[in-house]
Amino acid sequence: MSSISLNTGLVIASILFFLGFLGVMIRRNILFMLISVEIMLNAAGLAFIFAGARYNAPDGQVMFIFILTMAAAEVAVGLALLIQVYQKFKTLDSDAASNMRG
Amino acid sequence: MYDFLWLVPTLPFLGFLILALFGKKLGKTLSAFVGVGSIGIAALITILIGIRFLSSPPEGDAFVQTLWTWIAVDRFNVNIALHLDALSLVFTFVITFVGFWIHLYSVEYMADDESFSRFFAYMNLFVGAMLLLVLGDNLLLLYLGWEGVGLCSYLLIGFWYKDSANGYAARKAFIVTRVGDAAMAIGLFLLFYSFGTLNIEQILTQAPQTWSVGNNLAVIATLLLLGGAVGKSAQLPLQVWLPDAMAGPTPTSALIHAATMVTAGVYLIARMHGIYELAPVSMLVVAIVGAATLLVAGFAGITQVDIKRVLAYSTISQIGYMFLALGVGAWSAAIFHFMIHAFFKALLFLGAGAIILAQHHEQNMFKMGGLAKALPVTFWTFLIGSGSLAALPLVTAGFYSKDAIIWFAWSGEGGNIYLWAAAVFGAFITAFYTFRMVFVTFFGQQKIDVSHFPKWTIHVPLIVLAFFALFGGFIELPGTMGHFTLFSDFMKSALPAIEETAHENVSLEYFSQILTAVLALVSIYLAYVLYLKKQQIVTNFTDTSFGKGLQQFFLSGLGFDWLYERLFIRPYVWIARTNKRDFIDLFYVFLPWMSRQFHYAFSYTQSGKVRRYILGIALGAVVSITIVVIL
Amino acid sequence: MTILFYIAAIIAIISTIMVITRANVIHALLYMVVSLLATAVMFFLIGAPFIAALEIMIYAGAITVLFVFVVMMLNLGEEAVKQEKQWLSFSGWIFPAFLSLILLLEVIFIISSSGSVPVSGKVIDPKLVGQSLFTTYLIGVELSAILLLAGIVGAYHLARRKKKVVHRFLELEGAEE
Repeated sequence: MSSISLNTGLVIASILFFLGFLGVMIRRNILFMLISVEIMLNAAGLAFIFAGARYNAPDGQVMFIFILTMAAAEVAVGLALLIQVYQKFKTLDSDAASNMRG
Repeated sequence: MYDFLWLVPTLPFLGFLILALFGKKLGKTLSAFVGVGSIGIAALITILIGIRFLSSPPEGDAFVQTLWTWIAVDRFNVNIALHLDALSLVFTFVITFVGFWIHLYSVEYMADDESFSRFFAYMNLFVGAMLLLVLGDNLLLLYLGWEGVGLCSYLLIGFWYKDSANGYAARKAFIVTRVGDAAMAIGLFLLFYSFGTLNIEQILTQAPQTWSVGNNLAVIATLLLLGGAVGKSAQLPLQVWLPDAMAGPTPTSALIHAATMVTAGVYLIARMHGIYELAPVSMLVVAIVGAATLLVAGFAGITQVDIKRVLAYSTISQIGYMFLALGVGAWSAAIFHFMIHAFFKALLFLGAGAIILAQHHEQNMFKMGGLAKALPVTFWTFLIGSGSLAALPLVTAGFYSKDAIIWFAWSGEGGNIYLWAAAVFGAFITAFYTFRMVFVTFFGQQKIDVSHFPKWTIHVPLIVLAFFALFGGFIELPGTMGHFTLFSDFMKSALPAIEETAHENVSLEYFSQILTAVLALVSIYLAYVLYLKKQQIVTNFTDTSFGKGLQQFFLSGLGFDWLYERLFIRPYVWIARTNKRDFIDLFYVFLPWMSRQFHYAFSYTQSGKVRRYILGIALGAVVSITIVVIL
Repeated sequence: MTILFYIAAIIAIISTIMVITRANVIHALLYMVVSLLATAVMFFLIGAPFIAALEIMIYAGAITVLFVFVVMMLNLGEEAVKQEKQWLSFSGWIFPAFLSLILLLEVIFIISSSGSVPVSGKVIDPKLVGQSLFTTYLIGVELSAILLLAGIVGAYHLARRKKKVVHRFLELEGAEE
């Protein structure tokens, strides 16, 4: 147990984070993008928990709760938008909604 | 009573605001009431304050009313404060009192004009700004008023803006005075640099301690201020704008371009007398400018055919007398002449206005004639004004004020015989062209029928001003005639008095006075002969090629316009034309061009595809984190 | 314990890779549940049992279920899976993967450049968390409440089907929508 260092935890968190980031980049489906964003948020929360455990303080967990709240709100709004996009374009392709280019 | 001082400049401003905002709704009668009433009440307050000032002068012979702080930055502190002493009291009195009569006169003169309330709005604004100029206790406030009157002058010269010539005259006046104002602004900077304050009293008390007599800085500062004064007061070499300024309505010419604004330069120099005394060179320059101007303008006045232009040149010439007086150190004589000049010149302009109104707006005097019978009140008051301008001996006020200047031009501190000779010769010319005007206009055959008979609103101002043009001079009599010095005693608290030694040589003073008087009478007789009895002589002379050329030369104001046209305007226009595509602009054209190119380049990245944006974020993150890692 | 932790970490990473590479949404979601559960295990092991419970309840429970509901509503068929496979081309993901890898390496480099400190692994009492939430972070809690409210209102407003315009002149335009 004592061999779990903060650095290990942070590396795991960043691996998860960049996997989520990669997901956002490579997927065209909006639904997958949202899922990947969730992964990124979760990874950030993981980093907070590790830091909280390192300093033995409750603040990391408090931050996780905030992130959780934010993720919930974000998913609700994001999915609502997604439904709208699907109704309008009959597809979940994010490139379809590209009318607002410069 | 002094506490009401702030009302004096405030009332005209208030009148301006009311007229500017609601002028159209008020109608002519109400506009006239507001416009004339505001000045009238201001004049009344001024007179009451003046009575109090005479009966029980305030402590230190000056009353300062600080209203509020205008600017306070580090050492730079400027208050909105009014400073009332003998000098500013005289100016305030003339501005409000003469101004009131001119406003009253305007009610009839402008009655048929469609922009009636606009006219009164400008006039009220002018009076307010002019009062600020003379009452301001610091140079910045003075400068504010200075520019304010310049603006009003511009607006009123171009009042009938539908005629492009009027607009041209307005621009000319504005630009030429701007040349002087720029010099004055630099002078103010210099004064602030030297004293760390713009408060006039502080500058005047500090100056003798900081600067010795003849100090270079003092000379430069006073010359720069003189530049401003020369521009505003239409003195050589910036006198070219005033004759053209006659394009404005005649009451404007009376108020702004004769009685008040053009004497602002006199006020400025008198106000800053403390530093001028430290720069004898500048004093000499002031005197020479005055002497040269009075001669140049006099010659130009001889040949003018437009009645208002004759008066304009006479104004330039009379202000030249004031400058001469300032230059030789006869401060109170200059202010005395200013006051008397304001009375008779306003009278003459108003009289000329009545004539123009009666002659279908004809301004060429040679097309008029024989108006003495048709317009008796105008004739007699105009005659009094002309007599005063020509310094008709003993009976007119102009004689006493001008005589003082002529005598001090010789005997005063900086006076010499050349200045005296110029002044005497100037008086001779003045009498000549003044009575040429009178004879041509009022005598001989009547050529145009009278279209407008003046009512009381014109007659009353004329009569009141004529009264002052006749009897205003008796408050100051020369050393040879009773030596009655009410006015200069009054001015003593604000301006240094002339030394008693000036009056030692009594026989010379008699000689000077008698010579001036005789010359004035001779020249009036000459005008009588040449323009009423034997006009043949004049026409014969002007028919010769030399005479014709001389006439043209004088008519054009001694060719100053011609000279400036070639010296400044054409090269400037040439530069402007050749440099139409300003090469400095290239840089500024390049900037938007570059940003537009960037815009096109970046707009390609705006694909509307979210994945691309995220890729961009990733690239940016790579770059910035790489920088962090490497560093 | 340490071994358990590493096993959980490896499961989390593998299942996350599966999430982002699946063509079928439901499969991806199921992998995400696995990933979240693994994360919850990690939380539990480093002394945050309360957060582990929250992770399972809200992330794995509520949020993922929300996704599933939406997928059901959209009623995507076989076509969508084919489409997804087509989109996941090699040339499409190699460059982003390269970028992510660089970023990851750099971040790992930065993390490892500081000294290694073991986490204590002591259990932090949920009571402490609660106290901290309602004293130090009270303003954050209030803001979260507002955020959630805004989320609810926004989601309701956005997801609502627009009423069809039944005006006879606008019928055509409405039909095109």
